[in-house]
Amino acid sequence: MEAKTARTLLVDALLGGLVAAAMALPMLGVRLEDSANGLSLSGRLDWVAWAVGIVAGGRLLIGLLRLLLAGRVPSPPAPPRAVMAYVGWAMVAFALVLPFLPFSGRNLVDKATLVLIYVMLGWGLNIVVGLAGLLDLGFVAFYAVGAYSYALLSQTFGLSFWVCLPLAGLLAATFGMILGFPVLRLRGDYIAIVTMGLGEIIRVVLQNWQDVTGGPNGISGIERPSLFGLSFKMVPPEGKQTFAEFFGLEYSADHRVIFLYFLILALALLTNLFTLRIRRLPVGRAWEALREDEIACRSLGINPTLVKLSAFATGAMFAGFAGSFFATRQGFISPESFTFIESAVILAIVVLGGMGSQIGIVLAALLLVGLPEWFRELQQFRMLAFGGAMVLIMLWKPSGLLSTREPTIRLKDTS
Amino acid sequence: MRFGGLFAVNDLSFSARPGDITAVIGPNGAGKTTLFNCITGFYKPQVGRITLNHPSGPILLERLDDYVITAKAGVARTFQNIRLFARMSVLENLIVAQHNALMSASAFSLAGLLGLSRYAGAERRAVERARHWLDKVGLTSLADEEAGSLPYGHQRRLEIARAMCTGPVLLCLDEPAAGLNPRESAELNRLLLDIRDENGIGLLLIEHDMSVVMEISDHIVVLDYGRKIAEGAPAAIKADPAVIRAYLGEPDEEEAG
Repeated sequence: MEAKTARTLLVDALLGGLVAAAMALPMLGVRLEDSANGLSLSGRLDWVAWAVGIVAGGRLLIGLLRLLLAGRVPSPPAPPRAVMAYVGWAMVAFALVLPFLPFSGRNLVDKATLVLIYVMLGWGLNIVVGLAGLLDLGFVAFYAVGAYSYALLSQTFGLSFWVCLPLAGLLAATFGMILGFPVLRLRGDYIAIVTMGLGEIIRVVLQNWQDVTGGPNGISGIERPSLFGLSFKMVPPEGKQTFAEFFGLEYSADHRVIFLYFLILALALLTNLFTLRIRRLPVGRAWEALREDEIACRSLGINPTLVKLSAFATGAMFAGFAGSFFATRQGFISPESFTFIESAVILAIVVLGGMGSQIGIVLAALLLVGLPEWFRELQQFRMLAFGGAMVLIMLWKPSGLLSTREPTIRLKDTS
Repeated sequence: MRFGGLFAVNDLSFSARPGDITAVIGPNGAGKTTLFNCITGFYKPQVGRITLNHPSGPILLERLDDYVITAKAGVARTFQNIRLFARMSVLENLIVAQHNALMSASAFSLAGLLGLSRYAGAERRAVERARHWLDKVGLTSLADEEAGSLPYGHQRRLEIARAMCTGPVLLCLDEPAAGLNPRESAELNRLLLDIRDENGIGLLLIEHDMSVVMEISDHIVVLDYGRKIAEGAPAAIKADPAVIRAYLGEPDEEEAG
């Protein structure tokens, strides 16, 4: 028995090393050098050896640790729903006071805003992936549609942020429906491939439709939002008051940062509230039923086309809101911001959070977006840390950080 | 119904009456499940006609999409390999089955989103209906459990309850007794007779378990190679030489017993 486990461990480590070798040989093993007689290749086999050694050793270590810890570390029991509700409220309360805490500064609030954008995107994608079970890899397309909708509507028609926000959501939802049609007949991984392609199509269109979108130059000078007509600029536009004047404060650029923070917090909480509510409604239950078994859904008279399209449209709408916010926060957008890697990060947040768990998504967003921001000093090793964190979570909790599902209705509560 | 050159169900006609339990039996591969898939719209027959005499008038099933057949014509079904919403609770399974009624009550969930009382009332009625069927199948105490965690026999009964929650006029059961022990099988018999007598709907079932078939069915249709070889009351079917031949094989075959 002992010998057998030892052998499996070794074989496992060797296989890992082999894969690492295959990957590292072309990527690390060869180096292009500028020598006297033109370019030449030189080998870097020592690097390959290091990579193979680290991977094989790591695999062996993980295997040993699992063997030693098996049965000794009980996996923590799922927290009861009352506790989770308290945790949720505590998080909201913390988010509300964060900008006024003594240690928080402009930098921290700015980073928190970024994390909240991803929390909101995660919650939006969670509707499509976590509830309806449609693996959408092109989610960033709707984010882009929202951002460009706001930028173009505001620049062409001079509409304010508050008018554009619902319009951008509506446009993104429409795109969600349009892009939903081709994937209606597909299942599982095939949906992922097609949505990924559709997401790229949107980005390529944005990049090349020079007359409208500005092409790779993007759109700059996007109007910043105002609070009931109060501007956050140092010098307000003609006939407008500034926020600082109105409240008799001294002008500070921090006001806008804090305002933007609360804006995204409100949008994100709206998304959360919507999801919590829709789960208890027929549409939400149909989404979850569709994730569980499409054929059974059909046998119960549920129209799968409507269910899928509504999930795509709703998820896209929230991405559209987030996109408008992104555009107004940055003041500049270009297709660069909407590459496939963004979709991948959002999906990673949903999967790591535990599909369908709202608080799990917040934790995952903090981990995947917040931590790399704090560890910016690590520079290119950030991605290494990102990958490492993903691997660790998947080893420790293969179904996501928080993956227990709460029933949307209980018989004992209804009597 | 044809798959390539193979006629899975061919030249078959029979009727299942409301208030009757009609059993479809036949050896493996006789086309029983294919027949079911045609009736419930999962397959579209190339030739032929399936008419449902709905209380509101006759409906041609072979022209409708599968989900429309359940929603509009009132044909519900269960599956040979149970298809529950495994990670949803037992109660949720029964509520999802009433999706269409709840959708129209909540104006596509919008009324519910705004918290209007119209939806709350509809949901209460849906829960009442679910509770009724939970009592019938004896799963009330397990209503808040995950459906996938139930024992096999319970899952079978839950699937029947879920189908009944759609309010059907015809209930199609694909091997409801498969994998049940004798006690569970007897309970199932009682449940099916109960549904027939109380709801007055038609039941159509595929079954291999002859104790179930002979005990509860009013009418039996026997298929072999996609054709009907016999039809009649249980006693007549038991004695029919064509049926015995289909089940036991021709006397001159090797495996004849």
